[in-house]
Amino acid sequence: MRSLRGFRDPAPSRGAYKLQRLMLTPLFRLFLRVGLPFGTVALGVGLYLADQERRDALILGAADIRRQIEERPEFMVNLMSITGASAEVAEDIREIIPIDFPVTSFDLDLEQIRARAEELDAVARARVRVRTGGVLEIEVAEREPAVVWRMERGLELLDAEGHRVASLTRRTDRPELPLLAGDGAYLAVPEALTLLTTAEMIAPRIRGLLRVGERRWDLVLDRNQRILLPEAAPVAALERVLALDEAQGLLGRDLTVVDMRNPARPTLRLSQEASETFRETRFDLTGSQTE
Amino acid sequence: MIDLYERQRAMRAMRRAAIQRGVVAILDIGTSKVACLILRFDGPEHFPSTDGIGSLAGQSSFRVIGAATTRSRGVRLGEIDTMAETERAIRTAVQAAQKMAAVRVDHAIACISGGDPRSYGLAGEIEIGNAPVTEADVARVLAACDVPDFGPGREVLHAQPVNFALDHRTGLADPRGQIGNKLACDLHVLTIESTLVQNLLYCIKRCDLELAGLASSAYAAGIASLVEDEQELGAACVDLGGGTAGISIFIKKHMIFADTVRLGGDHVTLDISKGLQIPLATAERIKTFHGGVVATGMDDRDMIALGGETGDWDHDRRTASRAELIGIIRPRVEELLEDVRARLDAAGFDHLPCQQIVLTGGASQMPGLDVLAPKILGQQVRIGRPLRVQGLPQAATGAAFSGAVGLCLFAAHPQDEWWDFEIPADQGTGKSLRRAVKWFKDNW
Repeated sequence: MRSLRGFRDPAPSRGAYKLQRLMLTPLFRLFLRVGLPFGTVALGVGLYLADQERRDALILGAADIRRQIEERPEFMVNLMSITGASAEVAEDIREIIPIDFPVTSFDLDLEQIRARAEELDAVARARVRVRTGGVLEIEVAEREPAVVWRMERGLELLDAEGHRVASLTRRTDRPELPLLAGDGAYLAVPEALTLLTTAEMIAPRIRGLLRVGERRWDLVLDRNQRILLPEAAPVAALERVLALDEAQGLLGRDLTVVDMRNPARPTLRLSQEASETFRETRFDLTGSQTE
Repeated sequence: MIDLYERQRAMRAMRRAAIQRGVVAILDIGTSKVACLILRFDGPEHFPSTDGIGSLAGQSSFRVIGAATTRSRGVRLGEIDTMAETERAIRTAVQAAQKMAAVRVDHAIACISGGDPRSYGLAGEIEIGNAPVTEADVARVLAACDVPDFGPGREVLHAQPVNFALDHRTGLADPRGQIGNKLACDLHVLTIESTLVQNLLYCIKRCDLELAGLASSAYAAGIASLVEDEQELGAACVDLGGGTAGISIFIKKHMIFADTVRLGGDHVTLDISKGLQIPLATAERIKTFHGGVVATGMDDRDMIALGGETGDWDHDRRTASRAELIGIIRPRVEELLEDVRARLDAAGFDHLPCQQIVLTGGASQMPGLDVLAPKILGQQVRIGRPLRVQGLPQAATGAAFSGAVGLCLFAAHPQDEWWDFEIPADQGTGKSLRRAVKWFKDNW
């Protein structure tokens, strides 16, 4: 039977043909696959964000969620514990690190806290961490005072490296520490300690070490005796003096100064009486000889 | 002829561009079917550096990635009859092939079967004065061929140099580099009606395709279905198509003659339709299923139901014996073959050393043709099928596709034509400025 609807043309229309060719164009396909979805999403997001109110609401919402997570009890820090520090130092640390507890651990800048704690003179090193249970733990290694330094303003405690530890009101508070004096003594504390170790056998007689001209040491003994040490190799010079003392009891004699500043020419200064006595004796000798 | 020269050169440039891009469509617009093959050029022999033809007759450089066939519309006797219908048919075929290949094609190579092709053998001769022949000399000798008057409305489709002679030696395929005094050449020129070319160009342009080459379908069928030694020794290829039968004669691997007989399978169908009073579609079906040209005693008893849709019982229940059908088909096929014989005789085919005739095309699949054809065309007749091409679907390997396959080979390795050589300087100079002015006039 012949169809009354007329026969269907199997040929594609011009439009269908062109469309198929367009769809077979690689660049166009790429555009459809990549450009179109991305473009649509970007357009939608752009249109949504074009409004300032929505943008603010979005930012606020994000900040809110962030805060909610940060303020969960797991992340909260409730107290600070300071270990390894004396009571005064711990008090000082609490003073310079003002934190209002409870605070979330996201807001704590541990590095900064550590730096602040180490700014204290009495603190050699500090380790800061947030321990489980919401404890901010600061582990402090305190500086050990090694010497007392007397200066014009008063007394200071220094550690073995010359760093200031604390002030001292009276010398008698720390009588076991050796005494340094003179400007710039804090710069040469290790040398001073070596000298003191060397001079251990005359330790009861040592009054202190005096820095002269910020370059060399004078070892001050009781009975107003001094050992002037050179700038270079003071330990060797001191050892020579000690050897002499051991062999001939040098320091037990009536001297005021043993001058080792020039190692090639050590010099002794006698006390007033001793020098008079020495002159008389020499006169006698010379008189008997000459006369 | 300068105009044509430029156009053909432009088509060659387009073909190179298409191969560079890697995809080209083959359009065989015939009377009974429109075939579209899509070729992809790639692989190791993308641009073979060696001279001459590559392995597998140069066809390993491409692969068929899409193929489609549709019933032809609007084409009569190999000529475009209704432009819009033809355009639709091309669109159908191209769309289906593109869909199969999943690529878009922009360049098409087409073939023309109708248009009253006429062959001319031209000869030219120049003096070169005891010097090696250069490419410019070849161009000069081709330009020196004395061109006859083709008549109004004719256009050159092929202009192939088929033979070169240097002094006393003839039969040179490539005279370049040889030393001699006198260079002569034979040029085979095939002309067709220019309106047909224009119609075809228009149809293809309407389908958003660019024409990258144009060939005669007789030539394409010849290069596809003649084997190499037949092309070398001399043979005729008869492409029995739907509306026309294309004849091409090859010798020494060059086509030296082409012609068309305006008879084909559609005429047989028409005869059956008229003789048995049945619709054309039924007649085509009966021809395809039961047709033949040699009747035997068995065929008297082989009754074929003719069918019908009129509602008249007597009319719809008619039958015809196969002998009757053969009785209708055979005279027409004989007439066709005799026409072919006459054309071959007129071309002087009987003077050729080898009398091989190869029948190909859709109508060559008629049973019994291998018995009938030798009686008319001579003893050396065989039914030929086209060369096998990589990737061609099984359905498109039959004899009906020899034109399309030939176009594939043509696309991969076109023969040198006149326009492949640079135009001689004495003809080109002085015209460039005028050409530039003309270009501006044409485009603005």
